Amino acid sequence: MNTFVGMPAFPEASSAAVSDAQLRYNLRKATHTIRAKRAAVVGEQPDWAALRAAGAAIKDRTLRHLDVYLERLETAVTEAGGTVHWAADAAEANRIVTGLVKATGETEVVKVKSMATQEIGLNEALEAAGIRAYETDLAELIVQLGDDLPSHILVPAIHRSRSEIREIFLSKMAAWGRPAPAGLADDPRALAEAARLHLRERFLSAKVGISGANFAVAETGTLVVLESEGNGRMCLTLPETLISVVGIEKIVPTWRDLEVFMQLLPRSSTGERMNPYTSTWTGATEGQTFHLVLLDNGRTSVLADEVGRQALRCIRCSACLNVCPVYERAGGHAYGSVYPGPIGTILTPQLRGMASPLEESLPYASTLCGACYEVCPVAINIPEVLLDLRSKVVAHGHVGQRVAMGAARRVLNSPRWLSVTQRSAGRLRRWTPRRLPGPLSAWSDTRDVPRPPKESFRQWWAANR
Amino acid sequence: MRVALFLTCVNDTLFPETGKAVVRLLERLGCEVDFPAGQTCCGQMHFNTGYRDDARPMARRFVSTFGGYEAVVVPSGSCAAMVREWYPSLGVTPPGGVFELTEFIVDVLGVTDVGAYFPHTVTYHPTCHSLRSLKVGSRPLDLLASVRGLTLVPLGGAEECCGFGGTFALKNPAVSAAMCSDKVRGVLDTGAEVLCAADNSCLMHIGGALSRQRTGVRVMHLAEILAATEEAS
Repeated sequence: MNTFVGMPAFPEASSAAVSDAQLRYNLRKATHTIRAKRAAVVGEQPDWAALRAAGAAIKDRTLRHLDVYLERLETAVTEAGGTVHWAADAAEANRIVTGLVKATGETEVVKVKSMATQEIGLNEALEAAGIRAYETDLAELIVQLGDDLPSHILVPAIHRSRSEIREIFLSKMAAWGRPAPAGLADDPRALAEAARLHLRERFLSAKVGISGANFAVAETGTLVVLESEGNGRMCLTLPETLISVVGIEKIVPTWRDLEVFMQLLPRSSTGERMNPYTSTWTGATEGQTFHLVLLDNGRTSVLADEVGRQALRCIRCSACLNVCPVYERAGGHAYGSVYPGPIGTILTPQLRGMASPLEESLPYASTLCGACYEVCPVAINIPEVLLDLRSKVVAHGHVGQRVAMGAARRVLNSPRWLSVTQRSAGRLRRWTPRRLPGPLSAWSDTRDVPRPPKESFRQWWAANR
Repeated sequence: MRVALFLTCVNDTLFPETGKAVVRLLERLGCEVDFPAGQTCCGQMHFNTGYRDDARPMARRFVSTFGGYEAVVVPSGSCAAMVREWYPSLGVTPPGGVFELTEFIVDVLGVTDVGAYFPHTVTYHPTCHSLRSLKVGSRPLDLLASVRGLTLVPLGGAEECCGFGGTFALKNPAVSAAMCSDKVRGVLDTGAEVLCAADNSCLMHIGGALSRQRTGVRVMHLAEILAATEEAS
């Protein structure tokens, strides 16, 4: 099974991605289409700015009193017949879920598309325990069949074209269940029909369903899942046992608060005015056993960071990915995490810590152009968090860069030394190299080097004014 | 009106013609321009790369150099944004009247027709920090639209970042170059002779690629176009 473990740092991984012509084409087409859809439906909402401010304020207030709301949720879910489990990290969450599945005696589970279960590597943990997890979201199915990794939060197979999906279905579906029909065409209708037939058998036979949740309403203990296909609803309702793994930041206090996000999320994510399939359930429904696993996995340490905590407002809409010029060229896999794009650059290093060169490279995977902040429906100031994380990255190590930056500061903070440098550059201008040495060669590989002028402005000013 | 020019270290060192153009333009519009010699760099490169302790003394230098002026004009959107938006996070309070060039001309001087003449076809790249941090809006385009002889052609995907991003261009050269090549294609599709922006850092990046690819398109800072007149263009 393919995982993100041991991925190279962002510059290396993205460098390979920009050379992939098919990937570049697929990403450009998909992100520009969804970007335009979002802009249209957000633009028609006259009170968008107020909604956005309300979304941010509700999340901030909830996070400030998270302890209170979590206990309120636990009480409400328990009173409604559900069982609540608390997981401090990925290992504990996987242990709990694996144990719950094993207790049912089943060896297969169906899954609703869920970021939290991908974050903790649940499918891999289940497989190690002899349990097969079947993804039922169309795009997640494509990723799973292709032994691939998701590259987008909302559309995990965004890096695949229709013809690639057709090939995956034809060659891989049979190994997982009902094979794709012979002579399968690559038009969306035919591909969706093949997936529908394949998945329908799965829904009807599964005894255990596993989901995440977009929101958890504390006042009633209600979980909420938004999806576009109806496949999630099958997994939530048909199995005898339902297990939901939910990050502790997914709480909203009341249904009135939820209303704000029901407007913000569909318009920001799929560019729709209203979400197609919204499922809500409260505790254990008739004929079903329900377990809620509340997941921390680094979230409380993010909450402790005054600048970084705004990342916990995220409702996983993907608007920042779709508008990001870096994501559009680098693709999702380069971010080495289930959370790619701008939100991934601030979420992954905070959730995992600066554990490897990959996490340290992510805060630099941005030009700070600010397009992500502009579209974020809960006003996460991603550039602000990136800048803060960068200051944490350079606090340790990076000796060469520190020396270079120190030297640059001594020149740039002194009119005298700046002037000396400018005069030297002016005298040597005839020898301006076409190729720059060392790390600076990254500039001259694709761009001409500007030739310094004979005299700097300050020289000219001193001589003429 | 007496104004201080904060030219920025990049313009001072590499693009003095932009500085001369700003002085010419502002003097033509009736300003008395001062270039305080104590000025150096706003500290953006260090701040954006994470070196806050190196950026702080430069921020303090800016404040002590420009604190006494009623208006400080900056011909760079990203340096103006650094001062206004980010100095507080270094614990440095920015002085009051710091204006990006087009903000100063349109809002403070109340002028959109600066009496310029530039008989060329021009396309305009808005630059991210002017657009999204300072929110200068249509000010640069209004100024360009009033230039006699100038044909303004819209740039496709104008609001997309060019891929410069300061040290981003060195740390992520592949993605930076990919973004730049799309921007270059957008510029070439306009058929313009000149690519204009109000920030020479972005122009150094896009212009470096335009020049490397022998496209024959030149880049010019907005100030140089606005300073051009029928007498001396």
